[in-house]
Amino acid sequence: MNFDLTDEQRMIQKMMREFSDEVVAPGAEQRDKEKKFPVEIFKKLGELGIMGLPFPEEYGGGGADTTSFAIVVEELSRGCGSTGITYSAHVSLGGAPINLFGTKEQKEKYLTPICTGESLGAFGLTEPGAGSDAGGTETEAKEENGEWVINGSKCYITNASYANHLALTAITGRENGKKEISAIIAPTDAKGFKVIDNYEKMGLHASNTTELVMEDVRVPQENLLGKKGHGFRQFLVTLDGGRIGIGAMAVGIAQAAYEKALSYAKERKQFGQSISNFQAIQFKLADMAMKIELARNMVYKAAWVKDQGRSFTKEASMAKLYASEICMEVCNQAVQIHGGNGYMRDYHVERYFRDAKLLEIGEGTSEVQRMIIAREIGC
Amino acid sequence: MNIYVIMKRTFDTEEKIVIENGQISDEGVEFIINPYDEYAIEEAIRLRDDNGGEVTVVSIGDEEVEKELRTALAMGADKAVLINNEDIEDSDQFTTASLLAAYFEDKEYDLILGGNVSNDNSTGQVGPRLAEQLDIPYVTTITKFELDGEKVTIERDVEGDVEVIETSLPLLVTAQQGLNDPRYPSLPGIMKAKKKPLEEIDYDDLDIDEDEIEAKTETVEIFLPPKKEAGKILEGELDEQVQELVKLLRQEAKVI
Ligand SMILES: Cc1cc2nc3c(=O)[nH]c(=O)nc-3n(C[C@H](O)[C@H](O)[C@H](O)COP(=O)(O)OP(=O)(O)OC[C@H]3O[C@@H](n4cnc5c(N)ncnc54)[C@H](O)[C@@H]3O)c2cc1C
Repeated sequence: MNFDLTDEQRMIQKMMREFSDEVVAPGAEQRDKEKKFPVEIFKKLGELGIMGLPFPEEYGGGGADTTSFAIVVEELSRGCGSTGITYSAHVSLGGAPINLFGTKEQKEKYLTPICTGESLGAFGLTEPGAGSDAGGTETEAKEENGEWVINGSKCYITNASYANHLALTAITGRENGKKEISAIIAPTDAKGFKVIDNYEKMGLHASNTTELVMEDVRVPQENLLGKKGHGFRQFLVTLDGGRIGIGAMAVGIAQAAYEKALSYAKERKQFGQSISNFQAIQFKLADMAMKIELARNMVYKAAWVKDQGRSFTKEASMAKLYASEICMEVCNQAVQIHGGNGYMRDYHVERYFRDAKLLEIGEGTSEVQRMIIAREIGC
Repeated sequence: MNIYVIMKRTFDTEEKIVIENGQISDEGVEFIINPYDEYAIEEAIRLRDDNGGEVTVVSIGDEEVEKELRTALAMGADKAVLINNEDIEDSDQFTTASLLAAYFEDKEYDLILGGNVSNDNSTGQVGPRLAEQLDIPYVTTITKFELDGEKVTIERDVEGDVEVIETSLPLLVTAQQGLNDPRYPSLPGIMKAKKKPLEEIDYDDLDIDEDEIEAKTETVEIFLPPKKEAGKILEGELDEQVQELVKLLRQEAKVI
């Protein structure tokens, strides 16, 4: 048992901390206000080799482990939640399924630009009628003259405006009335492929959330990702990894909120003293520190179990569920500690609060996580 | 080009200094590469990229320094050397410079870079002392370095003004803020750092006697500066304020 980071993990953490403080955090409030996607930050992350962090070096990746991925997501999210979700989705939803299920040719063609940062990664699963029940997919892909002809729509897809291609799920056949779902890689500039960036969100305003509309989109048959009919199983595996990312994001946002609350509590004076002298405030801060520590430990553990090559479904769900819920609690209390100021944009904590809410919804709601854990413990 | 950087591991600038039993406590403290040495490392890497050669980063300290040396390797240095001084009891800038001089005795070097000062002791002595012992020219607090064949043109910061100096290799320089903007180590740099050579030398492997390097100074006492009191804002007419200020400076602060 050893709780120390490895040399590489420690160096990545230090580097990303500095990068987050110096490059990511300073413009976060402004970008959120103006709904401005952090293009420049991602260019720099590409130059630093961070965009392909956990993928094999032969495709331009960094060959780092999942713990390092969690560290990067946490540090980016501490500076800016929108940057955090963009990166997390890029790696764990965009790159990971291609790395896990792609052929060598597909990896060369589609994973390499993700690793260099030339394209962002995205993953199209959710549909208006298929959220928690992803099996409710209605998008269809029919085989015609050696091509897939795709029709349907997807909603709430992260990063698609900045992705050259993405994997999406579609019905590729039916047997005895049962849908057969597969994943297909589609270029976003294909004829009939529309990416609509039009949502009015609660938070994460600087991230890119899109609607996809596919009308007779034709892609070559070889764009099938993984095995035909295995789309459902594949995205379950993909989401397991993504949950470590969401957990890490929650830890990062919670950490930011806690740091702001702690320093504010020391500075703010009421009744002739710092409010941090009041036990009511101290207990809030103590609880925050404890919850963040526990959440980070669970995220690291899930990442570690994954890197050991063991099944990590339960750990990833626990990490995601616990971290996202304590993130909401921590952000809520951070606003509370700031009083009226906390309700104002200038103090950042209201942004963390808005950004945090997504974490209890995306990549499986808290209810879905409880269902997964219940199944894993044998209910 | 054979480029060397002398580097020190120091307290993170954000750390609060705590004194325990008359010594500065390093319990739970974050350590970093001395920020001025970071400029030196960055400059060395750029010079190597432009002119070819090799960058070796040398540090004196205990095994923990390996962490900062690995970071320098991750930034792009080629080799690292750790001179372990754990067994030396009394050490000061003279000791450090002498150990380095002993190390450099049999080395071929074109350029040695260091920080202008370390952010802990801030003596600014190690670089100049080392150059003296090696009998090579040195320029401190540099903000610009240009190499043209054998000719070196340097700009140095002299209390806010700029002095331009021409000199030649071999040479020792110390870096001032403004020399460059140190890079973040890249991920491939970090992943490769472990595979780069890091040599650990025990100080008694160097051709030097312990009494030759004995500290020349003695630390008598370590104390924190007095706690900053809340400022005073004087009121009244300007004349009265001036009178009051002079009185306070004389009687309370006792500085005039
Ligand atoms: C900002 C943002 C980014 C996103 N990015 C992506 C992306 O990149 N790719 C992608 O494919 N999707 C993405 N999504 C979609 C996201 O994954 C879904 O919104 C999420 O899975 C929930 O699905 P839903 O919205 O349809 O909610 P629903 O499934 O309709 O859920 C509504 C409520 O019912 C509960 N519920 C549902 N079923 C059950 C049950 N069996 N038992 C108990 N309670 C239940 C849910 O927990 C929830 O509280 C994103 C969403 C957002 C908001």
